[in-house]
Amino acid sequence: MEDIEKPFETKELTISMGPQHPATHGVLRLVLQLNGENVVKCTPYVGYLHRGVEKLGEHRTYFAALPLTDRLDYISSMNNNVGYVNAVEKLFGIEAPERAKYIRTMVAEMGRISSHIIWLGTHVLDIGATTPFLLSMAQRERILDLFEMLCGARLTVSYPRVGGVRNDISQEFLDLLYEFVLDFPSNMDDFETLVTENRIWKERTVDIGVISAEEAVNWGLTGGTLRGSGVDYDVRKYFPYDAYDRVEFDVPVGKKGDCYDRYLVRVGELRQANRIIKQCIENLPAGPVMADAPKFTLPPKDMVLKDMEHLIHQFILITKGPTVPEGEVYVGSEVPKGELGFYFVSDGTGKPYRMRVRSPSFVHASVLPRLSEGGLIADVIANIGTIDIVLGECDR
Amino acid sequence: MISSVTSFLASFVGEPMADMILNIVIILIKVAVVIVGTLLHVAYATYWERKVIGHMQLRLGPREVGPFGLLQPFADGVKLFFKEDIIPADADKPIFYLAPVIFFTSALTSLSVLPFFDGFAVANINVGLLFLLAMSSLGAYGIVMSGWSAGSKYSFLGGLRSASQVISYEIAMGLSLVGVMIMAGSLNLTEIVRAQYNYPTGFYAIPQILGFFVFFVAMFAETNRLPFDLPEAESELVAGYFTEYSGFRFAMFFLGEYTGMLIMSSIGTVCFLGGWTLPKFVMEALPFLSELPNFVWIVVFLAKVYVFMFLFYWVRATLPRYRYDQLMNIGWKLLIPLALVNVVFSGTLKIMGWF
Repeated sequence: MEDIEKPFETKELTISMGPQHPATHGVLRLVLQLNGENVVKCTPYVGYLHRGVEKLGEHRTYFAALPLTDRLDYISSMNNNVGYVNAVEKLFGIEAPERAKYIRTMVAEMGRISSHIIWLGTHVLDIGATTPFLLSMAQRERILDLFEMLCGARLTVSYPRVGGVRNDISQEFLDLLYEFVLDFPSNMDDFETLVTENRIWKERTVDIGVISAEEAVNWGLTGGTLRGSGVDYDVRKYFPYDAYDRVEFDVPVGKKGDCYDRYLVRVGELRQANRIIKQCIENLPAGPVMADAPKFTLPPKDMVLKDMEHLIHQFILITKGPTVPEGEVYVGSEVPKGELGFYFVSDGTGKPYRMRVRSPSFVHASVLPRLSEGGLIADVIANIGTIDIVLGECDR
Repeated sequence: MISSVTSFLASFVGEPMADMILNIVIILIKVAVVIVGTLLHVAYATYWERKVIGHMQLRLGPREVGPFGLLQPFADGVKLFFKEDIIPADADKPIFYLAPVIFFTSALTSLSVLPFFDGFAVANINVGLLFLLAMSSLGAYGIVMSGWSAGSKYSFLGGLRSASQVISYEIAMGLSLVGVMIMAGSLNLTEIVRAQYNYPTGFYAIPQILGFFVFFVAMFAETNRLPFDLPEAESELVAGYFTEYSGFRFAMFFLGEYTGMLIMSSIGTVCFLGGWTLPKFVMEALPFLSELPNFVWIVVFLAKVYVFMFLFYWVRATLPRYRYDQLMNIGWKLLIPLALVNVVFSGTLKIMGWF
């Protein structure tokens, strides 16, 4: 009889979402405490994809650490490469030639399109719409084909080099890219027809995961996740690198800081990226694509194969690394996920004493509990999508 | 021929017994025809879905197995049949075994009352429509039991979601069909179709637009299809209530779901689109049509059913998914009031003699 007297008790359900889960975009693990469908507490666990990129960087020359950056955010490796080489160039005190800067700007924006578009597709797929995902993948495929044409690799490109880019681009590549650029706005319109004004999409994203401008800055958010809250901060505008100060583009910003605003910001960025590529193609200057700084850049391959001095030069640079001025340098760059920063401490040898990667995904993953607690399970999925994280970069 | 068989049998067991045996045999044959026919339709409904959605998504759909990929459903079936049947250690085994059986059986049982053409229903019972609603509610037991018994929290949440969803939308669906019952004056599905044939428009979807709309939305929720596929929302609950099922037990849920789609489409066809009939004015304009034998009209029935099926696919390829609370809001705050308005409206018009 005593059992009946006792009040009926309910208990919170703890559920482990991930690391193997269709919606956690890789190996993010969230431990959710649920009261029915409501999320009481959300704790992200990261580190499942840790490969020690920063430590590995200390054991490689500045040239050899470049491919490591491909594997940070593996869906926008081009942008990581560009950020890396810009930081190294600043440390070396050299500058890439004008043509190389334009090419880098161009391929970085291609990387931005391919990354944003996969983000759009998967974000929408998580909310339940399958068709926009495949529409966006078709566009990404064209970018990857162009990357393959450019450097032979589709994902891990390692195309930019310290002091320039690996090889010059062909006219055929430019023609195909221009074709893509002309098609892209109408393809985006197709995509937006299905999503932007869709009632269900709006119900799922408007007023979900709201974060105010002040709070967003305090959490250290960057990129589209920050601009969605209405903060007009873009590394490309405020600390221009490569040719970003010579092209025209707008920085779309949101108002409320909800999932829908972040969606609109990134869709706007896609169109701006397309605009930048178009300007780069139209204004592409002639000239060399590698800086004339023999102490810091690898000699041209055909000379290495023909000439003893160049061969020795190459050998020294590859084995020992260049002689780098002592000091430290931090360079941030605007990758699709946010601000990716490279911080080097140089002790004068060919390898960095310390290489630190400021990863936007790591910061963004930390804001998940703030966005998700108090919402429903379905909102957690929308929030994971909206902060646009890649666990390869988060865990490094 | 039947009479000669009867007299042959009667010489052994007597007249009444012979009639009974013959009836049972005929019913068994009908059951076999309906089940085999439906399962084939289900198999090709999956093929058709993959083709339709594929073409909507810049893909081609299955095309490797057999000509145009036509053998793909069989390949899938064979694959599922030979898969290992994994049962989680935490599972409540008897319930775990029983759940897919209940789900699948209740779906198949619903088939028994559907009139595919004039005079062909395995059981032409007077409460056909109620029977269908009852069976679709019974299917929810399969879902709840599978969610409960699998010992997985994802299954559990999926089962809970599905239970509340099916129960809420059952009400809206039942109420939306009340208008049809009022107009036809019967719950017998064959009678409903005949009444529609005698109605000027030839189908009830025209005067019962509101009921048809509510039924149409509730249909998606009842079958757990997008945009209401919350119980099996892949990105949230992995696969919902059947997360832990594998092999043929999974196939039973899968087949049950598609059979459910066929049944919902059939209910829509029978109650709102005139079943196997074409409107009377068409029949009068083309008199040779009434010369055709009865069974030919199954073509009309299937064509209407496949219009619904196509809508299922189309919606799936277009819309994102609702959230759980939004789904409940639509069910309770929009569909049920609308259905009630429709009932009042239909009843008033009936009393005034306009129907």
